[in-house]
Order: sequence, then structure tokens, then C-alpha cells
Amino acid sequence: MNKNNVIICRCEDVTLQELHDVLEEGYTTFEDVKRILRIGMGPCQASTCGLLVQQEIAKFLGTSVKNIETHVTRPLTMGVKLGKIKEAADDES
Amino acid sequence: MKADVVIIGGGISGVAIAYNLAKKGTTNVVVFDDNYMTGGATGRCGAGVRQQWSSKGNCIMAKMSVDFFERAQEELGYHRDIEFKQEGYLIVATTKEEDEQFTKNVALQQSVGIPARKLTVDEALEIVPHLNRDVIVSATFCPTDGHLNPFTMTDAYYTAAKRLGVQFFYREKVTDIVVTDGKIEKVITERREVTTDKVVNAAGGFSYEVGQMAGVDIPVYSENHEILVTEPIEKMQGPMVISFSKNIYCQQVPHGSFLMGRSNPQVPKGHDISSTHQFLDEMAKTAVELLPPLGNLRVVRQWGGSYNISPDRQPILGDTDQLAGFYLACGFSGHGFMFAPMTGLLLAEVIRGEPTTIDLAELHIDRFKNKEHTAYEHSVV
Repeated sequence: MNKNNVIICRCEDVTLQELHDVLEEGYTTFEDVKRILRIGMGPCQASTCGLLVQQEIAKFLGTSVKNIETHVTRPLTMGVKLGKIKEAADDES
Repeated sequence: MKADVVIIGGGISGVAIAYNLAKKGTTNVVVFDDNYMTGGATGRCGAGVRQQWSSKGNCIMAKMSVDFFERAQEELGYHRDIEFKQEGYLIVATTKEEDEQFTKNVALQQSVGIPARKLTVDEALEIVPHLNRDVIVSATFCPTDGHLNPFTMTDAYYTAAKRLGVQFFYREKVTDIVVTDGKIEKVITERREVTTDKVVNAAGGFSYEVGQMAGVDIPVYSENHEILVTEPIEKMQGPMVISFSKNIYCQQVPHGSFLMGRSNPQVPKGHDISSTHQFLDEMAKTAVELLPPLGNLRVVRQWGGSYNISPDRQPILGDTDQLAGFYLACGFSGHGFMFAPMTGLLLAEVIRGEPTTIDLAELHIDRFKNKEHTAYEHSVV
């Protein structure tokens, strides 16, 4: 498998090779690799690549995926609480 | 563990200070940060770099910092791209009062060698054709202002400083600074104690709290400033566009997306950095009024970050008579990223007891004791 031909983050065109290079450099958390490679910063906000990236980090660190923190989800892709919608509606009336 | 200098805060200011110290030969430097690299204000900022200010201290800091950014990639020997783009800042006036203030600002900027100039509406539209000509009166433009990638720029300083021997501990919170008989003794973190007599407060949004750990009062507070980013599109806007009266800054970054932010005059002081729907509403109204075609862009993400505000909205840099060996790099009021090269250089000079490249009186904490100190930075979004 040529890791240069495997796209791990489709929104931002990041290859598996690029991810592995950054892990080798010592950036081994989702938040770190996100900022250096833009992984997860595109339109899907890591809903496609998130688990794949977690798996790669886990493999690199020799641990289980459940020990790898996910990145922070931000609006507009996160679910919206009913209470927040009510607040917005109250503001407008 | 022993260190010549402990820096609290590994954002852009902290890494720049560490690099400058190490470059000058002070290599036993330890940096602590309670988050991942750029987890604080640095990674949340708009990452614009401008020299068009209304106060002299800010003008000089900005001009000399841009000079460094122009050679940063090479000097720091960085293997990724810091993405420095110099296509200027276009600052638009929408009222007569603003137009008059801008004439004064440009005179001040030119007096310190900043290549800014006043533009007519027609000239402004030549540079940014999609501006709404009905809402602007005039503009100022400085072609050497620009934008950098805040993550790789921080990483560039970090990598260079590490190569020179600086030790970094991210995700390790400083819990106390031990001071005995007016002397710093050690810094205590969640995981270790470091014996040192010199501590730098580069803690960004938490500068006040870090000052309190050492018993030093710093007249700063933090407030949330929100920002959003759109989907990337082909390049259509060179410069950052700012309006203080309309309350907006908006830039297309090299990646293709548009970054934009505005401040909320009613925002409470504190450390909340959450996102609000009110920001989205106001941002959308302002952006589409000033730059109508942006109404077609999809929003990808929004977030918030701390401005650490000082009384005159200029940074607080240098030592303090409240505690020997305690150094301040805080109160940047939303502009710490663009001043970082000078922050790094000046703090390294002060810590090492060298003469400083510029006179620090205008930026030293003691300026607030001086009743004649009237400088105030107006040009802040």
C-alpha cells in the first residue's frame, strides 16, 4: 500500500502518509494533528475521517481507540439543544 | 528540575520568547501550557498581521514584527509552510469622524515608516471590487499587512526553540508560584516542581490569574470574541477588510475560506469562549451589507477565543517593581499574534538585562501609574 495514495481526510486532501509523518514528529493527539494538517476542518467537520484518524493514532501509540480523545465538535455541525432554539426564538419575539 | 527561566503559556508569545532567549544563549528554558499547542487565544485568532494602528506603541511593535515575519520561514528553518500572505489590510471609513481619525492615523503610521495611505472610494474598490460602495466614505490601505497560519507559525517557533534546547510541557498546568521574602523560588505544576528565579507570564486569557499566583496585580481582564469560517472558494479577495464602525474584520485566507469576526459590546468579562447564535446573526448582517457576494458562502464552523484586555488596549511588556524576576507579556487586547516577534525579542532582552531594541516606557506596566499617560488604541475590532 502506498500511503501517499490513501486519502484519510477527503475535505482537506490529507494523505495517510502525511498523518503518519506528523505522528512520527510527536504530535499524537487529534487536536494537534487537526491544527497542523487541517484534518477535520472541512465541510464534514471530521464526521467522515474522525474514527479513521482515531484508529491511526491508537495504532501508532499501541493503545485502544477508546483511549483516544475525539476532537471538539463546533457549531454549525453539532446537534442543537431544544433549550437553545427556544432561547433564540424568545430573543426574536 | 531547575531552569534559568520558566515561561507560563506556550502560545505564540511564549514560543517566541523561548526561541529568542535560546537564540541569545539562555537555553535552560522550560515552557508550560495547560492545553495543546495553540489551544488558547493563538489558535483561535484571525491571524491577521497589521501595522495600521492609532497608537505609536502598537505601530512600532507591528512594523518590526512584520519585518520578522518576512524572514521567519528562513530564519526558523521550518519544514512546513507558515503561509505568510502580504496582500494588505483595507480599512474602510463609514463616517466622517472615522475618515478624520484615519487621516491622523495614517500620518502617525507614515512617521514610523509604515507604508499606509488614504484611499478614495474608487481606489478602494479597485483593490476590493465587491465592497459595497454605498456604505463607505474612504479607506486606508497598507500593502505589507497580511496573514499567517497561526498553527504552523507557532509550530515554527516551537520547533526552532526545541532544536536550541528549550523544553516544552503542553497539557501540564502550573498550579502555583512560590515566592519567599520577595524572591521567586519555584514553579509548581501538576506533575513537577521547577526551581527558578525567573518566570514569564505569557498566559494569554489567564494572565491575570497567573499574576495572582505570584502576588502580582496586572490590570487586565478577558472577554470572548467570536469568529467563523466559511467553505473555501477560488480566490476573490486579496486584503483583509476591516471596519471599526461596522464592527467587522474579514479575510480570505490562502486556503480559500473566509475568516470573519466582530466584537460584542455587551460581552461579559470572564473566560467563557462559547459560540452564540447572536454572533451568527450579527456577523451575517454585517458581512453581507459590506461585502454583498459573501452572502453566497456556506458557514463551516464558528468558535470563540479570549482577548486579554489592558486599560489602553496596548500590550503590557517587561518587568515589574511588584516582584523581581517576574516578567509580563500580556494584555495584547486581541493582537498578541501579530506582535509576537517583537514580544519575543523584547522579553528576551529584558530578561537577559540587555538594552532593549525599542524604548519600553510606552508598553511597561508602570505607564498606568503615570497620570499623563493618555494613549489609547482606538483601532480594535
